[in-house]
Amino acid sequence: MNETLQVLFSLFIFPGLFGMVALALLADWVDRKVYARVQQRVGPMYTGKAGILQPLADVIKLLSKEDITPGESSKFMFNFLPLAAFAAVMSAALLLPIGFLNAYNSFPGDLLIMLYLLGLPTIVYFLAGWHSHSYFGIFGGVRAVTQLFAYEVPFLLAVLTPALLTGSWQLSEISRLSASHPLYLLAHLLAFTVAILGLQAKLERVPFDIPEAETEIVGGPTTEYSGRKLAVLHLTHELMFVVGSATLASIFLGGFGSGLWQFPLFLVKTFAIIFILSLMRAAAARMRIDQLIEFSWKYLAPMSCLQFLFIIVLKVLEIA
Amino acid sequence: MGLVNIAVGPQHPALKEPINFSFQTDGERIVSADARIGYAHRGIEKGMEQNNYVQGLFLTERICGICSHAHSMSYVMAVEEAMKIEPPKRAQYIRCIVGELERLHSHLLWIGVAAHEVGFDTVFMYSWKDREVVMDILERLSGNRVNYAINIFGGVKRDIDAEQAKDILKKIEKLEKRLQYYIDIGEHEPSFVARFKDVGVLTSEQASSLGAVGPTARGSGVTVDHRKDDIFAIYHEIDFTVCIEQAGDALARYIVRARELVESCKIIRQLLEKMPEGEIKVKHPRKAGPAEVVARYEAPRGEDVHYLWADGSDKPFRYKVRAPTLAAIPATLEMFKNAHVADIPVIIASIDPCISCTDRAIALTDSRTGSTMSWKELRDFSNRWYADRSRR
Repeated sequence: MNETLQVLFSLFIFPGLFGMVALALLADWVDRKVYARVQQRVGPMYTGKAGILQPLADVIKLLSKEDITPGESSKFMFNFLPLAAFAAVMSAALLLPIGFLNAYNSFPGDLLIMLYLLGLPTIVYFLAGWHSHSYFGIFGGVRAVTQLFAYEVPFLLAVLTPALLTGSWQLSEISRLSASHPLYLLAHLLAFTVAILGLQAKLERVPFDIPEAETEIVGGPTTEYSGRKLAVLHLTHELMFVVGSATLASIFLGGFGSGLWQFPLFLVKTFAIIFILSLMRAAAARMRIDQLIEFSWKYLAPMSCLQFLFIIVLKVLEIA
Repeated sequence: MGLVNIAVGPQHPALKEPINFSFQTDGERIVSADARIGYAHRGIEKGMEQNNYVQGLFLTERICGICSHAHSMSYVMAVEEAMKIEPPKRAQYIRCIVGELERLHSHLLWIGVAAHEVGFDTVFMYSWKDREVVMDILERLSGNRVNYAINIFGGVKRDIDAEQAKDILKKIEKLEKRLQYYIDIGEHEPSFVARFKDVGVLTSEQASSLGAVGPTARGSGVTVDHRKDDIFAIYHEIDFTVCIEQAGDALARYIVRARELVESCKIIRQLLEKMPEGEIKVKHPRKAGPAEVVARYEAPRGEDVHYLWADGSDKPFRYKVRAPTLAAIPATLEMFKNAHVADIPVIIASIDPCISCTDRAIALTDSRTGSTMSWKELRDFSNRWYADRSRR
């Protein structure tokens, strides 16, 4: 009975649906506040204490708005895709090495499943843009996929570095081993940098917000979306923000430990990465797609290869 | 993908005002571009001809929301010449102070918009915050943040007292320290430079043959600045340099504007120091002319030309405005060649477009035949239209 309760708690409260959605909204608020403070603004102020409920209010407002399906679009795909992206990211959230559920769904190789699930929303963006039948959407979708080819390989190489270092493809195992060897962080600092940049590109945030560049192609893949579907897409984006940051925290920053300590540790480590991503958003201009491809293949990919080589040398010399 | 036609505008997030650009693109590359204006025609010239000179003053102030003083200056200079009156020295100094303050706030606004176009909202927020300093000065001087209403024929409406002058100097000094930051961004910030460098290149031959004006031309190495070229107001008594960049790309135009900010601060300081005592206005007659006058003024966006045909009555017989943006549009179409789709907002922003002040007239095209309506057809059409109305 107790076990069933624990599983249900994990599925629906933490790291399940409600906890994750709440954290996603909190992450959005932190992001907006940090972004605003860097720009000498105050950020959201009026909804809740220091505007903490503003992201929730935004979602509620979007939910109540008119929901339009363009006549030219492919109706089924257009309506189905936001849910697909949401489901993918939510499943990824359950794979995080935290909570009671981990005893059941942690297996060697779940790191790859995680990366696959986090890669799905990009494909959804492409399809959503394509099926919305507007040239801003198509441009945005094509840009999303082009960008995927630019950042995905360096990002994967960087994320697999800790797996190589610890000799395991299991998230909980990687975080346990890297927690017991704090010096591992120094060993894959370069990979951590690449992974942070890759995550920013995956999340399509400045300076990598090329697929949804507002001043160029309006909203990119989301141009034609409105109302509930747009709310789901935004929520998915914010969920991915949290889940992606938590994934990096668990494989690079030594995970979240076990017992009751994991919750505060989760918050501290995940939000540390969210903080870095928010600062990055405020500190640069948007790149052009050709500049991004050049940047990833000229600098990011060699950096991750170098890091890979470094880890192999460490392994061969039996230092790590 | 084959060639795709993209329409940017009249409603588009990159544009704050209605203009339509249509592009033929091959993937992310632009093959050809065309522009269409006329979405914000407000009939200002007709309005000028139907109202007397003093009422026209209020209309010219409202041609543009940002460079309203530039238009009002051109108008006042034209009418003063037709009325054959000369404003006192002190009035001219006050006019130039307001003019330079306007240039400051216009360029600071533009820097913010340009940064926003490439997603660099932090610079956008910073520059608009600094712009508030200028807006506060203008409010203190004229009572208004925009449309300063400082000009009247034969002088200015409000004086600048010693306390105000001290206040301006203090604020300008503070601002000047901040301005170096914007020049630094244009020279050193890698992500910003990457988006502006070699984008929308306009050679100096193209700039002069296509008639580009203001910072757009100065960014391509064309030395054109009416504060130096023409003798008007009291700019010949002031020591300042015309900022010229040779590169001709969007970055050059950015740096020209950023440097002009510093120059404007220098000019304001000199103006306040040299300002003579005396009257601020002379009495003006009610009627002007007969005369035909062309007045030019260096607005923040370039040469602003006003044409006045005064027939000796208290109303202009014909009035024509050529706003600087209109002169920059042919050059803009040249800049688009071989650019990326991602460069569209950067290139549009780089000429600092002010579309609503540009729209002077619209050509009415028959949708069936494609022919433009002649003056006679238009008159017949309006006669028919009014005849139909009266019957109802």
